[in-house]
Amino acid sequence: MGRSERRFPLRLDVQRGAVDMTHGSGGRAMAQLVDELFKRHLDNDLLRQGNDQALFLPPPGRLVISTDGHVISPVFFPGGDIGCLSVHGTINDVAMAGARPLYLAAGFILEEGLPLADLARVVESMARAANAAGVPVVTGDTKVVERGKADGVFVTTTGVGVVPDGVTISGDLARPGDRILVSGSMGDHGVAVMSKRENLGFETEIESDTAALHGLVAAMVEAVPGIHCLRDPTRGGLATTLNELAQQSGVGMEIRESAIPVHPEVVAACELLGLDPLYVANEGKLVAICAPEDAEPLLRAMHSHPLGIGAAIIGEATEDPHQFVQMETGFGGQRIVDWLAGEQLPRIC
Amino acid sequence: MKYVDDFRDQSLARRLARALAAEAEQGREYRLMEFCGGHTHAIFRYGVQDLMPANVRFVHGPGCPVCVLPTARIDQAIALTESHGVTLCTYADLMRVPGGDRRSLLKAKAQGADVRMVYSTQDALALARANPGRRVVFFAIGFETTTPPTAVALRQARAEELANFSVFCNHVLTPPALRTILASDAPDAVSIDGILGPSHVSTVIGSRPYEFVPRDFAKPVVIAGFEPLDVMQSALMLVRQLNERRCEVENQYTRAVTPEGNRKAQALMDETFALRESFEWRGLGRLPCSALRIADTYSKLDAERRFPVGLGESREVKGCECPSILRGVKRPTDCKLFGTACTPENPMGSCMVSSEGACAAYWTYGRFRALQATEPGRAA
Repeated sequence: MGRSERRFPLRLDVQRGAVDMTHGSGGRAMAQLVDELFKRHLDNDLLRQGNDQALFLPPPGRLVISTDGHVISPVFFPGGDIGCLSVHGTINDVAMAGARPLYLAAGFILEEGLPLADLARVVESMARAANAAGVPVVTGDTKVVERGKADGVFVTTTGVGVVPDGVTISGDLARPGDRILVSGSMGDHGVAVMSKRENLGFETEIESDTAALHGLVAAMVEAVPGIHCLRDPTRGGLATTLNELAQQSGVGMEIRESAIPVHPEVVAACELLGLDPLYVANEGKLVAICAPEDAEPLLRAMHSHPLGIGAAIIGEATEDPHQFVQMETGFGGQRIVDWLAGEQLPRIC
Repeated sequence: MKYVDDFRDQSLARRLARALAAEAEQGREYRLMEFCGGHTHAIFRYGVQDLMPANVRFVHGPGCPVCVLPTARIDQAIALTESHGVTLCTYADLMRVPGGDRRSLLKAKAQGADVRMVYSTQDALALARANPGRRVVFFAIGFETTTPPTAVALRQARAEELANFSVFCNHVLTPPALRTILASDAPDAVSIDGILGPSHVSTVIGSRPYEFVPRDFAKPVVIAGFEPLDVMQSALMLVRQLNERRCEVENQYTRAVTPEGNRKAQALMDETFALRESFEWRGLGRLPCSALRIADTYSKLDAERRFPVGLGESREVKGCECPSILRGVKRPTDCKLFGTACTPENPMGSCMVSSEGACAAYWTYGRFRALQATEPGRAA
């Protein structure tokens, strides 16, 4: 980036520097931060247009748009950080419509005093995630707030995508008799983040499952274009997502605890903390609901994708005016899997 | 997970279920009070009652520490933060319990009170060490299980001369509550055939302190672990005692409980705490010699002495049946507020707050039973 070196005689001191109020002022310091940090790592044609917006010709099809704020604490956690999480989170929200994600926009809120090295690590991670996913960050914004008015860095990303013709996936399409599938083990992200919280700190080998799921979704849609519902069980975990879908579709659900994949380490950590893995967040898993005859083909398609190897059929939608999600427990009894009450774990994504 | 899954094994559960079905005599009802909220939670979370014969019924007891705390003590805690500007450290459940005027610590926090959620007494100590300018108060609640950790914190604070740390003590004792329930001659007093005794409490106090139950009240007790198989096996042991007309304290939870309990923990408690003359329990009223205060030798660490706050009247939300539910007299579904005005998101009473509370367990895990029982063609 020879040109930016001429514009700013002294390079940004990423090793020892820290964010200060001038980095959000709109002046030269901000321009330098944008050039030498954001544009340098996230570089792509549309970003290089250098405007306050990215201009592109939308491909044919129905467009979807989704936005997601990320405030996770700590910023760096086993298996990821706020940078890749903010890319994956929004790609997944777009993909859950069966869409192919096209572009991302990113808004950063930085706290005065944030080490530039940390910011660079976050942006590099975003760039890696966006490149790997093939979904570039094409426009962005940076604001700085005084020390104590935020917590390091908050990232909001917005994504646009296009839904292929013939695909209609929506949370209100589950019907009694439909099968419910999950793409893999539940609760990894939440447990990984919790293990690094100051006042919890425990040893675990579990890493966050943070991942972009649009490739898996594309494989699933190709195998079964008529998937009824897709949703990623993030905050509030599987239990919350199933309740949302049950309510939106006006159905009940009956799941089997023994069929739900959960890593033994996650079970152990939850046991220790008094949590239920069904309520712990995921960032690289999805729930799918489809007609009974589509369940096996869909499961096979999931199993043949690296992000769906652990997929399983966990239950089915039922006719129930109360829209209860019920579960046959591993013990052999029956119970409700209810909405999460209160706050199990703040700032998990 | 070895040593945990073993106690949740479905095939063993079915074997116990067959034994219970074979041994529970037809035409006879067995009303077994599970003392602890931990038992209640396990019964609902694992669906234990689906494996029990219809004539063996669980009656939920008062053993939920958050539930039995009177509203006046919540009000007092809020006043501590607001009148004395202290930093109050508390377990998460307690933050959501509404006080007398329906304000909770969570609401007080939103309005500026310095309330911190902690996982242990050690978190509170660490906060005090790191912030010498702050007056840190630990909101101590619980039965004999959680008392020793508070005792350890008191000792540590004294040894370290941690001048900015103190404890707002609300620790209560199990045997007096059990005695009150069994001795009740109220017209609505619950009829109980046997007691599933506390598990974690008994690891500290041992099984001896329950010997008054068979002696004075002619009821059998089985100290029962908190895993679902523990609960079922203990129920079977009670059924057998009743069938054989035996009446004694038995210990199902032998992997953790001895007759004497944990002597070291008991000595520590004796050193740091003293008996209160009486203490108010939600649902049970004022009970003599049923709670602990901080011993005089540790008075500098007693938040009640350092930051005097008047103790007001406990007030219950009108229509809230927590008091009767805590005595086992009513079931959660008998309360008019249950599931209408009172849900875990908007709790009116303490039994809906704690995951160990009977109302929360009913609502969260079991409310389909009552609904489906009333619908034609759907047996509960």
